[in-house]
Amino acid sequence: MSAAARPGARSIAAAVRAGRLTAEESVEDALAAIAGRDDLRAFLRVDRDGALAAARALDRGRAAGRAPGPLAGVPLAVKDNLCTRGLATTCGSRILEGWVPPYDATAVERLTAAGAIVVGKTNCDEFGMGSSNENSAFGPVAHPADPERVPGGSSGGSAAAVAAGLVPLALGSDTGGSVRQPASFCGIVGLKPSYGRVSRWGLVAFASSLDQVGPLTRDVQDAALALSVMAGPDGRDATASAVPVPDYLATLDGDPRGLRVGLLRGMVENEGTEPAVREAVLAAAGALAAGGAAVEEAEFVLAAYGVPIYALVATAEASSNLARYDGVRFGHRAAGATDPRSMVEATRDEGFGPEVKRRILLGTFALSAGYHDAYYGRALRARARLAAELDALFARFDVLLLPTSPGVAFRRGERLDDPVAMYLSDVFTVAANLGGHPAISIPGPRQGPALPVGVQLIAPRFGEPLLFRAALALEERGFAAADLP
Amino acid sequence: MGRDVIAAAEVRRIAALARLALTEDEVRRMTSDLSAILEYVARLDALELPDGTPLPPADRPATRSDDPATSLDERTALAGAPCTARGHFVVPRVIGP
Repeated sequence: MSAAARPGARSIAAAVRAGRLTAEESVEDALAAIAGRDDLRAFLRVDRDGALAAARALDRGRAAGRAPGPLAGVPLAVKDNLCTRGLATTCGSRILEGWVPPYDATAVERLTAAGAIVVGKTNCDEFGMGSSNENSAFGPVAHPADPERVPGGSSGGSAAAVAAGLVPLALGSDTGGSVRQPASFCGIVGLKPSYGRVSRWGLVAFASSLDQVGPLTRDVQDAALALSVMAGPDGRDATASAVPVPDYLATLDGDPRGLRVGLLRGMVENEGTEPAVREAVLAAAGALAAGGAAVEEAEFVLAAYGVPIYALVATAEASSNLARYDGVRFGHRAAGATDPRSMVEATRDEGFGPEVKRRILLGTFALSAGYHDAYYGRALRARARLAAELDALFARFDVLLLPTSPGVAFRRGERLDDPVAMYLSDVFTVAANLGGHPAISIPGPRQGPALPVGVQLIAPRFGEPLLFRAALALEERGFAAADLP
Repeated sequence: MGRDVIAAAEVRRIAALARLALTEDEVRRMTSDLSAILEYVARLDALELPDGTPLPPADRPATRSDDPATSLDERTALAGAPCTARGHFVVPRVIGP
C-alpha cells in the first residue's frame, strides 16, 4: 500500500473508538510496515512487546466500557532524544547507549494517556545536532524516495517513518529547524510550536532556550490534534506556558479569506534558494491570494543574521547542557582511568561524535573569559533585535510565508566536510526558534516523482490557530503530503 | 582558505575547559573547522548593536509551590549509572591515599 493510502491518526482513532479496528490490529499493522522498511534505518529500537501489551490493554479497557482517548490506538514513533520509561533512549549517541530512562517525557506521557501507542524510537543526529541525520552514532537514515539522499535532520528517522507510511504520527524536537527541515525533505507536515507551548520535561536538552517538541504527520489536522493533546503547563518545566490551550482541531477551518500573509520575497529570491523551492512558495502565495487572503511582500532584514546568532547561542547552551555527561550518573564510562578528570575526559572523547565535540568547543569558546562579550553577549543582543523585528512584522501580518529549506534533500556525504554549508541548511528555520515563534512546514504542491520541497509559515507567539488555518487552506489547495514509494 | 582564525593552542585550552581529550588529529581538524565557523559568524560584527539592547523577551518562568514530593528512589536513581556500590555512585579516587 502506498504511504498516502495509509490511514492517518484521526482515522485510526475514529475506527478504534467506534470498534471497527482494535488497537492491537493497528499496532500489528504498523509493526509489519516498520519491519518491511528496515532499509531506511528510521528506527533505532522497535518495542514490539511493549506496544502490543499497551494495545491489548487499551482494547480490554474499551471492552470494559472505558472511553478511549482522542488518539486511541494510534501508532506513535518517538525521536530517541525524548525519554521513554523502560525503553532505552540514546539521543543517537554512544555516550547514552543502553541508558533506560526512569520516566516518560511529558509529551510522550500526554500522547499515550490519550491512547497513542509508542511503537519505537527513531534515529536522529546525535543530541539533535545536525541537518542530515548523518551524525547519528548508529548510522544514517535513508530518504524514503532515494537511498543515496538524506532525509534531513535532526529528526530524520521520525520524518522518514511518517513519509514512508510506517506510522501516522511521530515526535521530533526542533532547536533550529530539526522538525521542519526533515518534514520538508520528506514531503510531510512538521510543526515547531511556540516556545513554551509544549513541556520540555524529558526532552534531553540541547539548547534549552530554543528546544521545542513538535509532531510530524501526513496532514495538518493530525498535527493540530497532536498539539491539542500535548500542549499546556507542566509543573516539571518552568518554561511551559500557562497561556490557555484551545482545541486546535475543533476550531480549525481552512478559509484563507481575510488572512494577512507576508511573503518574504527576499528569502524566496535568495541566490541559494533552488528553483523548485521558489516556485512552491510563490505558488502558495498565489493559492492563498486566490482564496481571498491579503498577500503582501514583506522584508525581514535581520534574517540574514539568523544562522550566526544561532550558531553561538545554541552551542553555548549545548556546551553547558552536555557537561552532565561525565560517566558518573548515567551512560557510558571509559574503562581504566585512575583519576576523576581523566575518566571524564576519556568518557567524553569516546562517547561524543565529531559534530557534538565541534559544537561543545565552539560554545565553550563563545562563553570563555575574554570572548564572552564579543561572541555570546553580542549574539544575545542580536537575537533580541531579530525577535523584535519578527514581532513588528506580526503587527501587519497574521502569518509569514517563506521556504523551509533552500533546497531539496541533498546527497549523503555532500556537506559532511563543510560545517558551515551544513549549518546553512537551517538558514530559513532558525528565526522562529530565536524568536520563540510557532512555525510549520507543509509540502509544496504535488509534483509527480520530483523530490519533495517544503513551504514554511510562521505565526505570532501562541498564534498556532493562525498557522493551522493558513496551512490547512494550502493543504485543501493541493499542498498535500507527497506519495513516496 | 587563509590563516586560521583560532590557533591550535587555543583549541587545546578550550578542549581542556570542556573536558574533552582531543587527539592531535582532532585538534588540527577542529582548529580548521572552528576557524571556518568563526569566520562565518564574524558577519555579526556588521550589525549595529547598542549596548542597551535588551535580552530576548521571555515568558516569566513559572515557579511551582515549594511542596515536598516523592522523587526517584535510590535504586531507580542509581539504575543508569555505570558503576555503583552500596547505594552510591562510584568514581576513581579523588583524594590520594
